[in-house]
Amino acid sequence: MRKRTFKGGIHPFEGKELSREQKTVMLPADEEMVFPLSQSIGAPSKPVVAKGDHVLRGQLLAEPGGFVSSAIHSSVSGTVRAIEPRTLATGGKCMSVVIENDGKEEETEFHPASLESLTKEEILRRVCDGGVVGMGGAGFPTAVKLAPKNPEKIDAVIVNGAECEPYLTSDFRRMLEDGEALVQGLQVILKLFDSAKGYFAIEDNKPEAIAHMRKLTEGMERIRVVPLKTKYPQGGERTIIKAVTGRELNSKMLPADVGAIVDNVDTVYSIKRAVLDGMPLMERIITVTGDGVKEPKNMRVHLGTSYASALKAAGGAVGTPEKFISGGPMMGFAMYSLDVPLVKGSSCLLVFEKDPVSRLQESACINCGRCAAGCPERLLPARLADCSARGDLASFDRLHGLECVECGSCSWSCPAKRPLTQLIKSARRQLLAEKKKAAMQAKAQAAEKGGQIRNG
Amino acid sequence: MDEFNVSANPHFRSPMTTGSIMRDVLLALTPAALFGIYNFGAPALIRIVVSIAVCVLAEYLFQRGMKRPVTVSDGSAAVTGLLLAMNIPSTLPIAMLIAGDVFAIIIVKQLFGGIGQNFMNPALAARCFLLISFPAAMTGFVYNGVSSATPLAILKPGADAAEGTVSLAAEFLGTTGGTIGETSALALLIGAVYLLARREISWRIPAAYIGTFAILVFFLAPGHSFDALYLAEELCGGGLMLGAFFMATDYVTSPDTPAGKLIFGALAGFLTFIFRMFGGSAEGVSYAIIFSNLLVPLIERATVPKPFGYRKPEKTEAAGKEA
Ligand code: SF4
Ligand code: SF4
Repeated sequence: MRKRTFKGGIHPFEGKELSREQKTVMLPADEEMVFPLSQSIGAPSKPVVAKGDHVLRGQLLAEPGGFVSSAIHSSVSGTVRAIEPRTLATGGKCMSVVIENDGKEEETEFHPASLESLTKEEILRRVCDGGVVGMGGAGFPTAVKLAPKNPEKIDAVIVNGAECEPYLTSDFRRMLEDGEALVQGLQVILKLFDSAKGYFAIEDNKPEAIAHMRKLTEGMERIRVVPLKTKYPQGGERTIIKAVTGRELNSKMLPADVGAIVDNVDTVYSIKRAVLDGMPLMERIITVTGDGVKEPKNMRVHLGTSYASALKAAGGAVGTPEKFISGGPMMGFAMYSLDVPLVKGSSCLLVFEKDPVSRLQESACINCGRCAAGCPERLLPARLADCSARGDLASFDRLHGLECVECGSCSWSCPAKRPLTQLIKSARRQLLAEKKKAAMQAKAQAAEKGGQIRNG
Repeated sequence: MDEFNVSANPHFRSPMTTGSIMRDVLLALTPAALFGIYNFGAPALIRIVVSIAVCVLAEYLFQRGMKRPVTVSDGSAAVTGLLLAMNIPSTLPIAMLIAGDVFAIIIVKQLFGGIGQNFMNPALAARCFLLISFPAAMTGFVYNGVSSATPLAILKPGADAAEGTVSLAAEFLGTTGGTIGETSALALLIGAVYLLARREISWRIPAAYIGTFAILVFFLAPGHSFDALYLAEELCGGGLMLGAFFMATDYVTSPDTPAGKLIFGALAGFLTFIFRMFGGSAEGVSYAIIFSNLLVPLIERATVPKPFGYRKPEKTEAAGKEA
C-alpha cells in the first residue's frame, strides 16, 4: 500500500538514534519551582494563591483567565515564595508563581472516574479543570478544541504520533511505554464524537510504535493505526489531516471545519490522566538530546523544573555548547538561558556543540525552486522572502504568504542558505498586525456610522 | 549565560550549497565534454580549458575590481565556460572564444548583478553573440579534416541532397560534425540521467521541451511528417539534447513554478521547431531558449500555484468593502 502523506516536505537528518532506545526516567523536581501564568494560547491564567500559602501537589495555582485560557496546578508540595515576573524559555518575561518545594510530595485528593459513568459535559469539565493544553507546542486549550460547534460532524480524531521533528523521541517512548493509557485517552475523546473514528497516525520510522499500538488496538471497531511516510513536516496539523483523511484546510479554517480533531500524543496521555484518574497536568515527557549532551535521554519532568536541571540529569553538556534549543531543530527556538522553567509546551532540550547555522554564508538566490518544492503549503518562499525584504506586504499577501506555517522547510532546503523562514515569518507578523488594525478601524468606523456597537 | 548563539528557526540546514549543485552540473557535462575531446582532438581540449579559465578569471577580476565579494568558488562561472566551449566548433579561433567568455560573464551575468540576476543564460547569450558577430567561423564545421555539413544542415527541409547523408547511429553516438559538446546524444543523456537522479533538475522542462518538439516534427515537419527516422535524427542532431537538459534547465533563467516549467519547456520546443524548419539556419535551439528566457518573468507571474487548502474567496461584505 502507498504510505499516506502530503505533497512537498523535506528529509532532514533524523538524529533520533541518539535517544530513541533510552527508557524514560523520572527527573526529580527542583527546590524552586516556577509556574508561568501563560502556558497556553489566549488570556493569561489568574492566580488563586498568594505569597506564603502552603500548596499541595495537584493543587490549583491559577484558574483560566478567559474562555481561551487554562488552569495551572502545582507539581510539588511546598510554599508560595512569590508571584513575580520570571524569564521564559523564549526570552520574554511572564508573571509566574514561584514555589519552594518542601520535597514531601504531599498530594491533594484526586477523584478517578470510569468512562462509562461520565457524561460528555463532565468529560469536558475534567479536561478543562485538569489544565490540559496542546503539548505539541501550539498550546491551544484542549477543552476548547474538544468542544467544536459541530461535534456530530467530526469523523476523525487523530492522535498525532508523527513526531516529525528531528531528534525528538519522547512521543515514541510514550507510545511504547504508556500505550494503554493512550488508547484510553483516545476512547475518552471518541466518547465526545459519536460519528468519529480514532486514528493513531505514526511515521514509519517508528515501526515498533506502530506494531505496539496495533497490538493494543486489535479488534477495536473505532480505532485504527495509520502508518505515515516519514517526511517533515508530516506532524503538522494540516499535513497530518491531509495524510489521514485526504482533506485540505487553509489558515482561516479549524481542523473541525473538515471534520477532524488532532491531538498530540502527550496531550492524549494528559487527557486520560485528567478525565479518568482525576489528575491535572503536572508532568510531561521531554527529550534532552543533541551532540552537546553527554547522555541523551527521555525524561518525565515535573512542570516548573528548570531546563538546567534537565541538562544536568542528562550528564551535563559536552564542552561549552554554542546553541541551546527548546523544541526540535526545525521549529524550536534558541534559548538565551537555561535557568528557565519547563512548561506544558516544552518538548525537548536540544543542545548543539557547534551552531551550524552561525557558520553559514548567505549567497544570492539562484532560483532553483528547492524552497518551493519543500514547502508543505505550496507557497513560493523565495518570492515571499523577496517581498518581505522589500517591505512589500501587498504582494506578500497576494502570493498567499499568510498560509505559511513557519515550518522551516524552505530555509532548510535553500542551497544559497537564505534565511527564508525568518523573512517570511516577520512579514507575516507585520501583515497580521496590520490586518487586525484595519479590521478594528473598520469596526470602529462602522460603529460610528451606525451610532451603536454591534455585538460580535 | 549570554554567550549562547540565538537565531531564528530552523537550526540546521541541508548540506547542499550552490557550489555542490554546480559541481554536479560540471560532473554531468563531463561525459559529453570528454566525448567532444575524443571526437575533435586537442583543439577541443584546448578550447574547453581556455573557456573555463577565462570565465573564472573574468568573474574574479571583475568582482575584485568592483570590490564585490568574489564568488568564483560557487562554480557557476566554470559551468558557463564549459557550456560555451561545448557550444562552439572546435575550429573557432581562440580569440573569438575569449571574446564570447568575457561577454557571457561581464555583460550578461555581472552587469546584471551577478549570479541569480541575469535574465538570459550567459553561455547561450554568448553563443548567439558569436553567431551574429562571426557567422562564418561559428558555422564552419570541420570533421576528420574535411569541412562538412552538420547532420542538421543535411536534414534541413530543402537542403541539397548532395550534401551527404547521416546515419542515425553516428548521430546518437556523436561521431559527426558539430559543436564540441553537442554531437553525442548518448553522452549527454548519461549526464542528464545523473542530474535527474540527483534531483538537480526537474523533468518538467526537458520533457515539455523535447515532447513538444517531437510532436510538432512528427506531425508537421515539411516533407517529413509521420517519418519516425527523420524525427529521431532531428532529436539526436544539433544542440537539442544539450539545450533541453543543460541550458533550458538553468535555474536562474527558467521559471520557478511547476506549471511554469512546463509552459517554458513547451515554448522552447515550439520555437525550436519553427526556427529549425522555417528559419534561415539549420540550428534553432539557442535562439529558442534565449527567447523563452525573456518571457520567464511573465510565465512566473501567471503560474503562481494555489496554496494548500485553497478555497475560492467568498464574496463577503468585508471583501467588497476592501475593493
Ligand atoms: S516556513 Fe512557510 S514558506 Fe517556508 S516551507 Fe514552511 S510553510 Fe512554506
Ligand atoms: S531554495 Fe534558495 S536559492 Fe533556491 S529558489 Fe529558493 S531561495 Fe532561491
